[in-house]
Order: sequence, then structure tokens, then C-alpha cells
Amino acid sequence: MKPILEIQSVSKKFSISHEGSPYLSLRDKLSDIVKFKSKQTREDFWALKDINFNVMPGESIGIIGKNGAGKSTLLKILSKITPPSAGKIISRGRIASLLEVGTGFHPELTGRENIYLNGSILGMKKKEIDSKFDEIVDFAGTERFLDTQLKHYSSGMQLRLAFAVAAFLEPEILVIDEVLAVGDAQFQKKCLGKMEDVTRSGRTILFVSHNMAAVQSLCKKSVLLNKGSLEFIGNTNEVVNKYLDLAFLSTEFKNGSVEFNGPTDTTRIIKKVELYCNGSLSDFAHMGCLLEIKVHFSSPKAIPYPVLGVIFRDSQGTPVLGINNNHYVGNVASRPLQEGDFSFIINSLPLINGSYSVDIHFGDNITDLDVRRECMNFMVEKMPFTKAGVLPDEQINKFFVQDVTWRVQ
Amino acid sequence: MKLPENNEYYFEIKPKVAFSLNLKELFEYKELFYFFTWRDVKVKYKQTALGFLWAVLQPLIMMAIFTFFMGKTLKIQPDSMDYPVFAFSGLILWTVFSSGVTNAGNSMVSNAQIIKKIYFPRLIIPVSSIFVAVFDFFIAFLVFIVLLLAFHQPVNIGQAFLFWPLGLIITIISTFGPGCLLAALNVKYRDFRYVIPFMVQALLFVTPVIYPVSMVSQVWVKYVLAINPMYAAITLFRLPMMQQLSDPSLVWISLSSGVLFFFIGLTYFRKTEMYFADLA
Repeated sequence: MKPILEIQSVSKKFSISHEGSPYLSLRDKLSDIVKFKSKQTREDFWALKDINFNVMPGESIGIIGKNGAGKSTLLKILSKITPPSAGKIISRGRIASLLEVGTGFHPELTGRENIYLNGSILGMKKKEIDSKFDEIVDFAGTERFLDTQLKHYSSGMQLRLAFAVAAFLEPEILVIDEVLAVGDAQFQKKCLGKMEDVTRSGRTILFVSHNMAAVQSLCKKSVLLNKGSLEFIGNTNEVVNKYLDLAFLSTEFKNGSVEFNGPTDTTRIIKKVELYCNGSLSDFAHMGCLLEIKVHFSSPKAIPYPVLGVIFRDSQGTPVLGINNNHYVGNVASRPLQEGDFSFIINSLPLINGSYSVDIHFGDNITDLDVRRECMNFMVEKMPFTKAGVLPDEQINKFFVQDVTWRVQ
Repeated sequence: MKLPENNEYYFEIKPKVAFSLNLKELFEYKELFYFFTWRDVKVKYKQTALGFLWAVLQPLIMMAIFTFFMGKTLKIQPDSMDYPVFAFSGLILWTVFSSGVTNAGNSMVSNAQIIKKIYFPRLIIPVSSIFVAVFDFFIAFLVFIVLLLAFHQPVNIGQAFLFWPLGLIITIISTFGPGCLLAALNVKYRDFRYVIPFMVQALLFVTPVIYPVSMVSQVWVKYVLAINPMYAAITLFRLPMMQQLSDPSLVWISLSSGVLFFFIGLTYFRKTEMYFADLA
């Protein structure tokens, strides 16, 4: 059997201008000519480099990678929205792409009108829409508002309507980008169910998501992209693990410390973040350790009431623990401070073993002055915390409690 | 699902496709022309109290203004037509051109959200916005008929059946070229957003919409004016109301210019459309 999609050494190059203008203006072009300015201010950036893989009919493939890994660019090339700079893709089926729900929805038009408009933009024929119209409306659950202008819909209703139209597309290959990231949990479940139906009917899906659980439930096989290159292809569980390794292999956070001294950092307040485990600098922690996070800050003017907020996120990026001196002691500064080290210490780290990352918020009592999102990634390692030496099940627990009193009567 | 090597859906995505019109693909998407036009017409008149009347009022008001200034004050008298009929017959086609070029020129930018998210032949967008202007034409045309009756304008009916549709078709072709060219240029250089209204306004005065070309005495000026593609459209459209065509060579010049612009616009658009999503 021939693959339904053959992706052969696909690369995509962007020229990025350093002058920060989002689009060209004729004046720039003319002044470049007059000044004999060479194109030194432009730099080539490879969003994708030499991507090769094949997709067999009926397969559903997850595409995983950090932000900027090239996932969306790959989907845009597959959807013919933007051409590759090199390489080619052979397709043996129609490709329908869903890079956004409700593409072309117009707020002034009614629900009914938008179903037809969106459907035809997605490539459905009018006859097809006619025949599926009732099913679409039923799936969206918006029959009462069919003749209401879309601008009067709630965002949830708009989303349901949009997904309903897309759900009834019948191409051989369906390309989906992050559309499930929105909507309430119940509707997300409905969408996932619909997509499982699609794969069961023998069609092919390419699915990009940051939701690892969704990728794992939909796709047996996945592709891991990293900085524009194909890092790994294989079984989804394996790929997800590799992705997590990659996500937590931070380049800046080394030997327990991360410093911000790039050109854009001079105006920012957080200068350095350090992690101490049991009193010494460390790039990992362990369960129940004495954990200190120390933030070195420097502000243009003195801050009378500094506030340090630390948010721990788990490997899926979900925040699990937030600590902020406002919630504990209020102001800890005895006088306004312009520069210094602000730290907090947890006597016993209650996080279960796994990968975590940390957001640092630094502010005064009114607002955040600087935020460093996921600036440290570290492992919390297994460590027996009682004499029993048996660890709690990490499938169930995210936290553990060190001091528990047991009693039998 | 078994798929042969070259089944009906087989296609390749490659860096640079050799220039092709790909009419087959345009034909497959024919419904989208309809839906985009339908959307723009609907949206244009939604929440307006007067609705489709605006399609009539715009040329009518223009006609009234020009009748007052050009007809009454400057005493311009076209051959074999009352000035209001003369002005309106020019204005209904001119409105197709001016709003067609303006809408088409801005269409790629205003639909940037869609072109960044989904593929379809990009040509559909400017062409549909020209169709919206054509839709307005048909409404205004009814008023034109009323006007002809009101002014007891003699019309050669046989010629009318030939030259009225011809005038409209030439207008569409003349609008398409600059419209597509500007649409493509506007994606790359937003300067054209400012150039378009100015250009359309200036063009009105070098088109025999509000004055007959017979007023111009220098021969070379006539030839320069004939480079304007709308010259032929308007002249031919007025032919059923006139005794004779004064200078057919001017019409031919204008027609050639329209066709030339058509191909320049089409070629430039087709050559650059692949990168619209990156630039928009």
C-alpha cells in the first residue's frame, strides 16, 4: 500500500526583518535603493528543516513540539496556505484543514448563513451542506438561534457551531491544529469522540496539540519537532516522553541558577533566579527537601512592598501550586528596596516526583512588575520521606503530606 | 481504503509552481465565488435602514450634483442626450469600476484572517468583490431605464441589447486588471491602501463620465484619454442613445489597454498569491 502522504525533505525559510516592521512599505523599499543599503538587516530563519515522513491511509498522527518548533508551519504547508521553500509533498487524497474553528465566520450573518459560508470555505459543496444541515445544527445544539446574527451568540455557542460544521467534512486527510484547546470540557469530549469516529471510518488525521492526553488518546503514532527539525517519530507514548525530556532540558537553567542578561533584559527587574535544595545550589530537588527559591532583582526605583509569586507547573504545564508572600505574611521588606535578593523557603517540598517548571512573578502590592514564565525546569526526585520507605503512587498523587498521624481503635 | 498511484486526488505541493491559470481548480470552487459575493452583499446592506436603495442613491446623488455643476452651471451639452441621462449612463458603469477597484484592492487585506487559515484559489476574493459592485449595477440599471423613459430618450433597442451587456462586460474586464493588481500590491505594500481612493478619484476626471470627449479639442489629448480602459465601456454603453460613434480607433485603443491591464493584473496576482499568507 502506498502512503497517502509523502513528506519529502520539506523546508521553509522566512526572511525576518530586524527593523520590526510587520509589513513592507514602499518608502522603505525606495529608501533602501537610494541609500544603497544591502539586505543586512534581514536574516534567514528556517522554520522547518528537511522534514521527511510518510503517512499511511487510516493513520492518525500527532505532531508534537514546543512553541516555535515548526508545527503550525508544517500544517500550513500541508494545507497549501504557504508554499515550502524546498522539498515536496505528495498527497493521494483530498486534504481539509482546520487550523482554526469558524474560519470566515461573519458576526453580521445569521447562524444559518454562517453554516453555509463556513462550509463552503472549508470546501464543501452546497448540496453537501444542504444534506448535512440538520445534523450540523443538531451537533451544535443551536437550533433555536439559527436565524439570529452570530454577533449575538455566546463565544461557546459560536465555537460549537464552528466545530459542528468542520466535524462533517469528509476529506481523506484531515489536518487539525489545536482546535480543542478551547471550549468547555464536555464539548471537548464530544469533539474528541467525533474525531475518533473519523479515524475509525478509515480516514487519516494529522493532529497538532499541546494537550498530551488528547494526542495520546487519538494518535498511535506521533512526530516530534524541535526547532524546525524532525527529532523523533514513533509510538506516541515514546514521543510524548521524548517531548517532556526536551521541554525540561532547559538551556538557560544550569547548576541551579538562571541569569537574565540578554539585551532585552536590561529594563526588566528579575535578574537571576536560583534554586537551593537543602541549602546548596541544585538543578533538581527531591521530595520533602528544604527548598529555597531566591530571586535577585534590581528596579529603577525603590519598591516599598515587594511581592514574590512562584507558580509550580507540572509536566503538562498545569499550575499545581502557587506561593505568594501576600497570602502568608504580607510585606516582608522593612524599608523600600531597589535591589536585593528575595527568597522563600519551604521546609518540606510537598510535590511528588516528576518534572516541574516555575513561573516567577515579581511585583509591588498593586501589579506585576516582571514575570518570567517557566524560567526554571527541574526534576523533583524520588525520596522516601518516612521510615516505611515506600513511596505513594505517582499516578494518583501530585502532592504528599509528610506528617500524618494514624490511629486504629 | 485502497489508493492507486495516480488517483483522482493525486497532487503535489512544491516550492514554486510554474505559472498557470489553473482554470480547472477555479471551476471546482465556483460555489465559493457565489458565497463570497453573497456574503459581501448581505453584510453591505445589513443594519442599513435604506438597504438596497443605497445602490440606487449613490449614482443618483452623483448625477444630481454633476447635473447642477456641469450641466447647468458650465452648460455642457452632450450630443443627442439630456445631461442627466448622459451623466447617469456613465456613472452606473463608473460606480462598478470605482467600487470594484476599491473593494478588490482592499479585499486581500480585509480577508487576511481567512487566507492565513485556509486554502482556496485566492483569485476568488478580488473577483467576488467585483461581483458585489456588479450586483449594485443591476439595481441601478432599473433606475436607468426609468430615467430613459422620464426624459423621453430615444434608444436604438437592437443596439441596446448588444451594447449594454457589452459595456458591462468590458467594465468587468477593465475592473479586474487594476483590481487584482492592487489587491496583490496592497498585501505587500500597504501604501496602496492610500493610493487607491486617490487614484479612483483622479481617474473620474480623465474618463468621459461627466463630460463628452467631443469637448476636448486637441487630438492627442483624446488619445491619452482613450488609454483609460473605461473609455470604451462607457462609450459603447452610450452608443444606443447616440447617432454614431465618432472615432472607433479611440475605442480600440481603450479596449486594448483594458485587456493589457487584465493580463498584467492576472499575471502579477498569480505570481505573488502563494506568499500572501506569509505577508498578510
